[in-house]
Amino acid sequence: MTIVVEPDRQGVPATTQPGRDIAAPAVRIAGVSKRFGVGRNAVLALDRVSLDVERGEFLCIVGASGCGKSTLLNLVAGLDAATVGSVAVQGRVALMFQEAALLPWRTAAQNVELALKLRKVPRADRREQALDLLSLVRLQDFADRRPHELSGGMRQRVALARALGQGADVLLMDEPFGALDAITRDVLHDEVERVAFEQHLTTIFVTHNVREAARLGDRIVLLSSRPGRVAATFGVPVERPRRIESPEVSAIAADVTVRLREEVRRHAG
Amino acid sequence: MPADLATAPHDRLDQELSGLDQLELSTVAHRQASLRIWSALWPKLFAVGLVLAVWQFVVWREWKPRFVLPSPADVGSVMWDDLFTAELWRAVGHTMRRALVGFAVSLLIGGAVGIAVTRSRVMRVAVGSMITGLQTMPSIAWFPLAILLFQISEQAILFVVVLGAAPSIANGIISGVDSVPPILRRVGHTLGARGLVLYREVVIPAAMPTVLTGLKQGWAFSWRSLMAGELLVLIPGTTSLGARLQFAREFSDAEGLIASMAVIFVIGVLVDSLVFGQIERRVLTSRGLRTDAH
Repeated sequence: MTIVVEPDRQGVPATTQPGRDIAAPAVRIAGVSKRFGVGRNAVLALDRVSLDVERGEFLCIVGASGCGKSTLLNLVAGLDAATVGSVAVQGRVALMFQEAALLPWRTAAQNVELALKLRKVPRADRREQALDLLSLVRLQDFADRRPHELSGGMRQRVALARALGQGADVLLMDEPFGALDAITRDVLHDEVERVAFEQHLTTIFVTHNVREAARLGDRIVLLSSRPGRVAATFGVPVERPRRIESPEVSAIAADVTVRLREEVRRHAG
Repeated sequence: MPADLATAPHDRLDQELSGLDQLELSTVAHRQASLRIWSALWPKLFAVGLVLAVWQFVVWREWKPRFVLPSPADVGSVMWDDLFTAELWRAVGHTMRRALVGFAVSLLIGGAVGIAVTRSRVMRVAVGSMITGLQTMPSIAWFPLAILLFQISEQAILFVVVLGAAPSIANGIISGVDSVPPILRRVGHTLGARGLVLYREVVIPAAMPTVLTGLKQGWAFSWRSLMAGELLVLIPGTTSLGARLQFAREFSDAEGLIASMAVIFVIGVLVDSLVFGQIERRVLTSRGLRTDAH
């Protein structure tokens, strides 16, 4: 696995960890708070969240409603600014949502091409690169279909190809499979895992499906709700390839669920 | 994370994905082109036939004398003869020129106002509701003022046509831009599109179906205003479809009158279905928004 170390935007000194060719963490969230609104109506969405995500790590974030998961992703994506604290990201960021959010007037390939175009890839190279990316998610045969001619799972794979077309080093996924049926979701778990590792992506995957988190994550971070705080972190020491129905994955999911329920109970009347 | 992960279960995953893809895809067969055209055409022909039948029935019952309400056949033969006169085509040409100029000016003005309103909060508050007000105002109510301002002239007609069509066009643009799904703007933003690029790549294409509806409505309003104008503003020495209606009435030429009305109707329908219908069809089909596709 070769990783190009890029200069840190925020000026945090890069440190080398022994035994791994990795410098600064891919994402460093340091003491981040986010407040929306002012005065009496202000809402504290995130409260002093600190989190490092290693290069190539697959991090899952789980939490109940109102834990600020999406806010956190927006901060990492640079779509919003933290009220307090800093977010440092190494490399390019791409964001995926629950909806594939493909542009309906563009074909699958053209959607990927737009990402390339906005990255200033020369026109002559776009089509070929887009087809390469689509074959990475095994949709090369559907390059000229429009989004409405594709299934929900296929659309999410086009969205994944588009994210890769952004040249992403860090992939942020906001409940990307929440709207898919169970069979498609299982297969896409395998698929996104494969693509993430092949492409050496650092992934932050937000979900409220604890099993999904245990199936995919190297680590699971549990956020508390209102305000969002890091309530607990769980390692997932389960060998890959994993199956979502395996006892090891289920055991970890059960642990996380117990803790998640505790968090939810704290908000009872 | 183990390095062999990427290679081990590849084939299985490959098969599962392609299996799912095949299962999910719709298997709607496309119908033959001739069959498609026929199925779109026959209800229209049937409707026309029904109208002619009712008309003929009323004529047979002799509700009104023949010289006031002629039969479809009489009108048809007058129309057929008219088709070979330069007079009719000169009138059609003049009317169409007015319609095109009027629509083009409406497009410029309505477009500029619509874009200005979507870009600025102040403009929206100031003229947003005024545009809707203008849209509901019957264009014929503008004619007295138009005639005062421009006398009996082409400008008077143009003035009213533009006032009829421009608000619809502006409104189409405004609601088109308003209706762009926020998720698409957001995705454009995450892809790095800002400002004009965001407009070119996301906002304008996403707004297109609604903008088209506004254009279509704008055309309908401009065509109506134009006919009202041609009836009221008779410019000596020029002929037009409206003028033909007016002269036919003055000479109690019922066949000629209804024949001219039919021409006006046919032009309105043709522009609507051939010009706007085709564009709309293309735009909607490409987005999967047509329910009656295939």
